Amino acid sequence: MAKPTTPRPSRAKAKAAAPAAGADHNRPRPETPTDYKASKEELLEFYRQMVLIRRFEEKAGQLYGLGLIGGFCHLYIGQEAVAVGIQSALTPGKDSVITGYRDHGHMLAYGIDPKVIMAELTGREAGISKGKGGSMHMFSVEHKFYGGHGIVGAQVSLGAGLGFAHKYNDDGGVCVAYFGDGAANQGQVYESFNMAELWKLPIIFVIENNQYAMGTSVNRASSEDQLYRRGESFRIPGIQVDGMDVLAVRGATEEALKWVQGGNGPILLEMKTYRYRGHSMSDPAKYRSREEVQAMRDKSDPIEGVKKYLLEAGIGEDQIKQIDQDIRKQVSEAADFAETSPEPEMSELYTDVLVEQY
Amino acid sequence: MGIAIKMPALSPTMEEGTLAKWLVKEGDEVKSGDILAEIETDKATMEFEAVDEGQIGKIMIAEGTEGVKVGTVIAEMAGEGGEAAEAPAQQEEAPAPKADATAPKVEAPAKPEGGAAKLAAEFRPAVQDPAIPEGTEFVKTSVREALRDAMAEEMRKDERVFVMGEEVAEYQGAYKVTQGLLEEFGAKRVIDTPITEYGFAGIGTGAAMGGLRPIVEFMTFNFAMQAIDHIINSAAKTNYMSGGQMRCPVVFRGPNGAASRVAAQHSQNYGPWYASVPGLIVIAPYDAADAKGLLKAAIRSEDPVVFLENELVYGRSFDMPKLDDYVLPIGKARIVKAGKDVTLVSYSIGVGLALDAAQALAEEGIDAEVIDLRTLRPLDTATVLESLKKTNRIVVVEEGWPTCSIASEIAAVVMEKGFDDLDAPVLRVTNEDVPLPYAANLEKAALIDAGRVVAAARKVCYK
Repeated sequence: MAKPTTPRPSRAKAKAAAPAAGADHNRPRPETPTDYKASKEELLEFYRQMVLIRRFEEKAGQLYGLGLIGGFCHLYIGQEAVAVGIQSALTPGKDSVITGYRDHGHMLAYGIDPKVIMAELTGREAGISKGKGGSMHMFSVEHKFYGGHGIVGAQVSLGAGLGFAHKYNDDGGVCVAYFGDGAANQGQVYESFNMAELWKLPIIFVIENNQYAMGTSVNRASSEDQLYRRGESFRIPGIQVDGMDVLAVRGATEEALKWVQGGNGPILLEMKTYRYRGHSMSDPAKYRSREEVQAMRDKSDPIEGVKKYLLEAGIGEDQIKQIDQDIRKQVSEAADFAETSPEPEMSELYTDVLVEQY
Repeated sequence: MGIAIKMPALSPTMEEGTLAKWLVKEGDEVKSGDILAEIETDKATMEFEAVDEGQIGKIMIAEGTEGVKVGTVIAEMAGEGGEAAEAPAQQEEAPAPKADATAPKVEAPAKPEGGAAKLAAEFRPAVQDPAIPEGTEFVKTSVREALRDAMAEEMRKDERVFVMGEEVAEYQGAYKVTQGLLEEFGAKRVIDTPITEYGFAGIGTGAAMGGLRPIVEFMTFNFAMQAIDHIINSAAKTNYMSGGQMRCPVVFRGPNGAASRVAAQHSQNYGPWYASVPGLIVIAPYDAADAKGLLKAAIRSEDPVVFLENELVYGRSFDMPKLDDYVLPIGKARIVKAGKDVTLVSYSIGVGLALDAAQALAEEGIDAEVIDLRTLRPLDTATVLESLKKTNRIVVVEEGWPTCSIASEIAAVVMEKGFDDLDAPVLRVTNEDVPLPYAANLEKAALIDAGRVVAAARKVCYK
């Protein structure tokens, strides 16, 4: 029988997986992470990126409503602290990132121009995939952002492949493979866990547990709903993190990087987070109450959280307001660009099917 | 000065809906996330949220109104002052994305990011069948050795090339195709995987995206069905979906088609399956020289390749030119035996049967031309049509099912582009349209043989 879908109020902060009974207690484990100590500048940057994602996604939702964006469109609103906290710890040009179809936030957090992302959403020639990929299929090889994948769970095996390439090339890079609580039940995830640990691949598996796989809550879909334990039978240590707190996310990522870069193989981070919007734009949201969503917004909003840190650090309201206005302008310009750029040339229909001519 | 609130599209297909209920009234202050109204679509009742902060001005469409077209202004809202982001004029004129309304007014669109231009510069023009110099020595070589040599040569040449799969390393290959590779290249580049096709096909594909040149061996292509999602959704579509930015130069190889007495689940030809997918290269060679030359080309290709071998052919030996770097062009068929009366088109193990049939036909005075397609995608239809002009008759020989087969495709192409050259209908000689049975007599009856090819050739020659 279905359990009620209220989120657990006690969001464990950085809970490391306890070794199961009979497990090897002498195996080394990662340290329990602590919250990241951010400088004022870093806090401002976190805030800027998270507000950028929030406003960008709101605008995308609006353009979808106007019919300017078609198909499926999955918004990242509510989950901003995860991508921003994790990717701020990575080294651009060295580490790689791969995710599923809810990918706008990860791209923005990687510093990819909002214009070319929005133009992809509206299916225009200037889009990052020339308008041929759409919301779910965006890539930037230059930024080592490898997509943007529409098949639930596929990015986990592909990410293990990117980790394999880091190790093969001995380039010191780490792959971050994001997936959701829904993908966490896909078989290939466990095939990949097995090989990643067996071959000690440098990869951080990040479960963005936003508590609902479309309309199915975690505890209706997962026999072990403490997802950070899902790597244990492969000897992959797991840490549960408050994914609504960017400093907790960053702190856990630092610890994870230390673990992976130390040659210990993969690690699993479960980010407890929440999406405010529907699974995609066409989600009637009958599986949870408005009160539940509102409660998360009121008590745990990641952006309000950073705002609090900023005020505590002595940053003035004016400075925050200025960032807000700059972001609104930036997003508005991205939307203008995306609305007015031309659609792809008809000849683009036939290009890029194959690289070579035969 | 108000912001127009328009009837939203709440699903990819929605064109109109019913404004079931207003949850705000004129004069209400709302903030982002507040529900404004309930809207019924053909699929569900949806809540419509405010995006901006502000005050509800005039409500233009009363609740209960049916058939409200998407984009209709349903209410007006006074926006938050002083923020340029919500310039109302633009809100109200948001154009439908039409091709003719595209005069750019912001700035010239940026070129797609990143490595696309750089990668395009690495473009390699198509190669032709290399001329074999006179006096070249030919060495009897098995297909198995040819495939191994191709991999070894490319691995020596390019550090990025590696082989992964079940039993490819310590066991020396389930069919001994990778024999000796572990010894020469070590465990870093010759990698035994667990029995986990979906996972390792994904890892191979991801490694290709990350810049390596993986050769992913499937013990047989029957097991690749567990991995077909990565072959098609991840590998074949990546270059297109990324606007040419992201490459996936991976080779999936292994035996394909019926083996011997292994029954239905282990005996299937996937050539037509993969050949139907844009973005893939599909190669299915017959003899040793083609196997070597094409596998080397496949490993060098920037595109994802499905390379279909045949277990029953691994042990057959053929003349192999003794040349340093024997690479063949992808996408070119080969006339294995010239003839003038009828064209036998085939690939993989079927080529051997077609050659046997041609010999038998010669004894009856029928001079058959035998074409080995070698590549199934892109298909070299020009060579087939050229041959048809000469013989005016075609029989397609395929060790596989008849329905939606390569034979069907050849028949369609010949009908569309060579109709006037045909003196007889195109005939297909294929396996019986049944799962492959185990019993020896039934298996024999289900598979093609030279006798059936001879009969079909006689028929199109009206003899």
